[in-house]
Amino acid sequence: MLSRQGVRSGLRAWCAAATARPLLARGFADAASEKKEKVFGEAQVTDKFKEDWKKIAPNFDMPKFPSNFMEARPPVSPTIPAKLTVNFVLPSQYELQAKQVDYVIVPATSGQMGVLPGHVPTIAELKPGILSVHDGTEVKQYFVSSGFAFVHANSVTDIVAIEAVPLDRFDPDEVRKGVQEYNQKMNSAKDDLEKAEAQIGVQVHSALQSALGIS
Amino acid sequence: MASGRVGNRIAKLIICHGSSISSLRAWPTTAAFTAQPWTCLGSRMAAVQELAPFGARAASSQIVRTRMKSVKSIQKITKAMKMVAASKLRGIQAKAENSRGLWQPFVALLGDNPGISVKKKVIVTVSSDKGLCGGINSTSVKYSKALLRMNALMGADKETKYVIIGEKGKAQLQRDSRKAISFFVGETQKIGVCFTQVAMIADDILKKNKADVYQVVFNKFASMVSFLPTVATVLSTEMLAAGIDGTGGGLESYELEDVDMPSEIYDNLAEFQFAAVLYNAMLENACSEAGARMRAMENSTQNASDMLERLTLTYNRTRQTSITTELIEIISGAAALEG
Repeated sequence: MLSRQGVRSGLRAWCAAATARPLLARGFADAASEKKEKVFGEAQVTDKFKEDWKKIAPNFDMPKFPSNFMEARPPVSPTIPAKLTVNFVLPSQYELQAKQVDYVIVPATSGQMGVLPGHVPTIAELKPGILSVHDGTEVKQYFVSSGFAFVHANSVTDIVAIEAVPLDRFDPDEVRKGVQEYNQKMNSAKDDLEKAEAQIGVQVHSALQSALGIS
Repeated sequence: MASGRVGNRIAKLIICHGSSISSLRAWPTTAAFTAQPWTCLGSRMAAVQELAPFGARAASSQIVRTRMKSVKSIQKITKAMKMVAASKLRGIQAKAENSRGLWQPFVALLGDNPGISVKKKVIVTVSSDKGLCGGINSTSVKYSKALLRMNALMGADKETKYVIIGEKGKAQLQRDSRKAISFFVGETQKIGVCFTQVAMIADDILKKNKADVYQVVFNKFASMVSFLPTVATVLSTEMLAAGIDGTGGGLESYELEDVDMPSEIYDNLAEFQFAAVLYNAMLENACSEAGARMRAMENSTQNASDMLERLTLTYNRTRQTSITTELIEIISGAAALEG
């Protein structure tokens, strides 16, 4: 019986150690991949806000802020890290969450921009085009509609897009038809709004066309 | 508790309905049959006087029976509403959780600055269109009003306006802050929340209100039992371009790709952030609404079943009393005849 107790306590200790070990070794990547936001970060609220709140609403708790629900970002390291951490988010899902990759190529308005670890902090607006994520020999390509890409000093890249679809989902015929249709609309546009909309259509479809490699 | 209030409101509905039926059937009578059994249901309901039809001794049991029928149907209705809310919640919870990543890049870049002191502020209050969802709309309105007062604290020249999304928020804020309401968006849940719709709403808001800071007040869905009032702050283009203290790292350290159009980039950044934050806020609020409605309906169903139990006891007691009375009369009559 004593030996069984010993085994049980030993098992408990082993379990504790097993769960503790990954926690200690846990970096930003693992912590951020936990979708259940049980760990609340510190809210970035100034003391003045807290004082003012107490004056006007002493009986209510302070509201929560988005910074409560975000994991803290890794600090800026003095050396250039080996890998780039990419967060790619869409309104409908987290496409990539804290993925360690070699480099990404984003379709910025000024052209295709490559982002490697140690890239200077940048804010880039995206135009419709291909986003490719390179990790070793793996390449993942998405067609993004538009959005923003932020490169931070700590080699974390955030890419926010409204729509992103893998390239194989597109039908080449539909794309060709779309180009013709929007070109026609642009020629027959009556006012600025219609012209702008037609221009956007032409831009997206031509980008799709060149992305798919069809004429 | 708010859901208890809903249950009591439903209970009062039953009482009014019941008493109107009895008054229709009652002939004028001098003796008001005081409803003694009702005292056990609490002082709130003891004030209702039951009038039995003249000459009918067992009539009060009919009243109780009618009441029992109404309570049973209320119980069924609230149970069905709970099921509907549960199915809505399942659908929208996945969407809300997936949209949580959308605003994170912006907060990582620009930081979170709720206490910023500006000349013109717009508070977007997200609330629900339908009622019977517990206290979440009151919470949103409470915190919006607090934020308005806080802005007023910072100076007399500070202007704050409300933009209200949802009928319930409008109903509450119209009572005392009518002048501060800029405009109102309703019926957002009819087709479900999608990014295109939210982008259009955001565009509308930004066009009609040129403000320095936009704060979105909503209830974040933390879990089935906890809905946290949250305030998300979005800075306008001018504030971004000016570069305020407190933004994460300061935007000056970031290079702008395509440097010949910085104002356009800031424009798009502010607008996109606002749309992203609003999208997440509306989804989270819809989730909280469904969860709160589930809880409120669950409590109502529980209250209705408790009420039904007590009514059954009352009914049986009334029935047995009338039988006993009849028996006593018959027996005493018979005894009197025998001498």
